[in-house]
Amino acid sequence: MAENKTHILVCGGTGCLASQADKIIENLKTEIEANDLENDVRVISTGCFGFCEKGPVIKVVPDNTFYTSVKPSDAADIVQEHLIKGRPLQRLLYKNPKNNYHVSDSSKIDFYKKQVRIALRNCGFIDPENIDEYIARDGYAALGTSLSEYTPEEVIDTIKKSGLRGRGGGGFPTGLKWEITRNVENDQKYVVCNADEGDPGAFMDRSILEGDPHSVIEAMAICGYCIGADKGLVYIRAEYPLAINRLKTALTQAREYGLLGEDILGSNFSFDIELRYGAGAFVCGEETALIHSMEGLRGEPTFKPPFPSVSGYFGKPTNVNNVETFANIPVIINKGAEWFSSIGNENSKGTKVFALAGKVNNVGLIEVPMGITLREVIFDIGGGIRDGKKFKAVQTGGPSGGCLTDKELDIPIDYDNLIKAGSMMGSGGMIVMDEDDCMVSIAKFYLEFTLDESCGKCTPCRIGNKRLHEILDKITQGKGTVEDLERLSLLSNVIKDSSLCGLGQTSPNPVLSTLKNFNEEYMAHVTEGKCPAGQCKDLLKYEIDAEMCTGCTLCFRNCPVGAITGERKQPHYINQSLCIKCGVCFQKCKFKAINII
Amino acid sequence: MKVKSLADLKKIKSDVQQKIKLREQGANAENIVQIKVAMATCGIASGAKEIMNFIIEELDFRGLDGIVTQTGCMGYCYAEPTIEVVLPGKEPVVYGFVTRDKVMEIIDKHVMKGELVDGIIPVSYKTIDE
Ligand SMILES: Cc1cc2nc3c(=O)[nH]c(=O)nc-3n(C[C@H](O)[C@H](O)[C@H](O)COP(=O)(O)O)c2cc1C
Ligand code: SF4
Ligand code: SF4
Repeated sequence: MAENKTHILVCGGTGCLASQADKIIENLKTEIEANDLENDVRVISTGCFGFCEKGPVIKVVPDNTFYTSVKPSDAADIVQEHLIKGRPLQRLLYKNPKNNYHVSDSSKIDFYKKQVRIALRNCGFIDPENIDEYIARDGYAALGTSLSEYTPEEVIDTIKKSGLRGRGGGGFPTGLKWEITRNVENDQKYVVCNADEGDPGAFMDRSILEGDPHSVIEAMAICGYCIGADKGLVYIRAEYPLAINRLKTALTQAREYGLLGEDILGSNFSFDIELRYGAGAFVCGEETALIHSMEGLRGEPTFKPPFPSVSGYFGKPTNVNNVETFANIPVIINKGAEWFSSIGNENSKGTKVFALAGKVNNVGLIEVPMGITLREVIFDIGGGIRDGKKFKAVQTGGPSGGCLTDKELDIPIDYDNLIKAGSMMGSGGMIVMDEDDCMVSIAKFYLEFTLDESCGKCTPCRIGNKRLHEILDKITQGKGTVEDLERLSLLSNVIKDSSLCGLGQTSPNPVLSTLKNFNEEYMAHVTEGKCPAGQCKDLLKYEIDAEMCTGCTLCFRNCPVGAITGERKQPHYINQSLCIKCGVCFQKCKFKAINII
Repeated sequence: MKVKSLADLKKIKSDVQQKIKLREQGANAENIVQIKVAMATCGIASGAKEIMNFIIEELDFRGLDGIVTQTGCMGYCYAEPTIEVVLPGKEPVVYGFVTRDKVMEIIDKHVMKGELVDGIIPVSYKTIDE
């Protein structure tokens, strides 16, 4: 096949599509045709590359040239320079922020150096809408060998030996869950894929479904074979239209190939998958609530046991796994349990995908081996803190997790270490904060989320969190007391102990961890009425330094509420009772005469 | 088209593998021989495009993995078509006045056995990647 000498891979994830990746593809194709290169060059829309910070990104292979922040209007230059003249288009190459050198080869970019891609192995590599490309990358081989060469017990044994644990948050051993579901006798069982992904800022599951939907379909079929189910359901939030479309396309193709349906690969095993749409409630990601929502009931958690494995969807044994958990399965079967368990550390094997966000230079989707340190993730892959600011904290586990400080930067990331440190793995959100972030406000932000998302079934979660939020609000207004801090921790522990589901049980974590790790900051709020990060508006005061003030009247003219008085060439003065703390005067003053106190 | 057995699946795989071979190689570039064909105006005018296609065919024919890419003018316009051959872990070697016969010779001797053949142009530059 001498035709396609070059492939241009264009990121077609939601983020890049929003920045006109589809238009880039269209323009590239037009330019390529205009230059009679259509037999030489193929343009392929792929799943997310992960480097969302610099999106839209495109990669030209086989020379691995990586272009970032590409605009539709760049298509002509790319074709002229790279494809016709054969030299990388310098202005679109990634620039190493540390030394400003251009880097063309994606494998030499720091962002990719420490990553290991298992769950994301095909994202940004294959065309997710083409089942052949998946098959070319060993797709459905794991299903094929499982059906024809192994018994369900043997497959379960492989998964158990691999040490894979659930990536949806809890970290329950996946092989064991399959075994439990298998051992429950029933005429009907179900495989459910949890694609609810409600953690704010998280998008790993979406990216897998958008970039490699077949890997999840294949894994669900394998799971069905193992536990004895002929039916699978994907519970996916309706806000993920692209992922839904790609999944639908993939399901149709798999059926056409006979990889879903009756008598798959002549093995007598039959399996098919349906989609169920969620309305985007965080609590519906909790497995019992998810099942009730699929049954047409209110999305409220119920008491466990019975676990879904025993009594789930319409009372039938139901195996619920997360998208990323499933995406690992085919590789484990193809490459073996030993291979998988050689990656990671003692009790956490393989890799974890994180959505890296916040104040780091390279935000995006990353997949790293378990046991890597937070420092490596934030400083090597993430490229350090933006604008040369100082690292302050990192929140893992979303609204259920905690904030860790620079003291914890060197602990190896795994399920157990994060819990020991007062946070958790969660589904993989990772938000980095710098010196400008106020930790009281951060805790308040997460509680606001919890308040919105609590289903309201349990009093501690419904009312307790409301009270926590009120106390935090009081503190950010400078009206808190030292006793309030004690109340916060007492109430937090009550909520943890007396809530029914994981949402309530973990909701006080952001409060407890910030109370523990940033106690001085809370104290500054309640005893001195100060916000050290300068975020709590009510605690700020703008004052004019009479010595520095030249009386230029710039602040006077710009203050929206007329809080500033003063004669020309005389020091000005801010009337605190009128000031609304908008900060305009501070930004406008050319003589650094305005101070924030 | 229904896939009826694991053997069927394997057959499809080997049929479609070509489609993404280019990308697999890209991901594995350090370990594969790379051949760059100078394809600026001067190169194309002297038949570089045909030479590039021929190299790809010959590699395929021998079942060899290789990355064949085009590059800009290498500065040896007098010697076009020119190609640069990089064996894994070795310094690049540039050949000038490359013909079909020369391609066969380069593949048979240089690529397969690591022996240099006639027609080498001394490299007068260093690539600066960063
Ligand atoms: C409030 C709450 C929200 C959850 N949200 C999700 C989610 O969005 N996606 C997910 O896979 N698991 C979520 N879980 C965990 C699920 O209950 C369940 O443990 C998981 O889907 C099991 O799959 P795994 O073993 O593959 O991780 C959530 C749990 C709780 C308590
Ligand atoms: S803990 Fe909160 S979210 Fe969970 S069931 Fe109770 S009220 Fe609902
Ligand atoms: S902070 Fe805003 S409202 Fe207050 S004095 Fe300055 S400009 Fe006026």
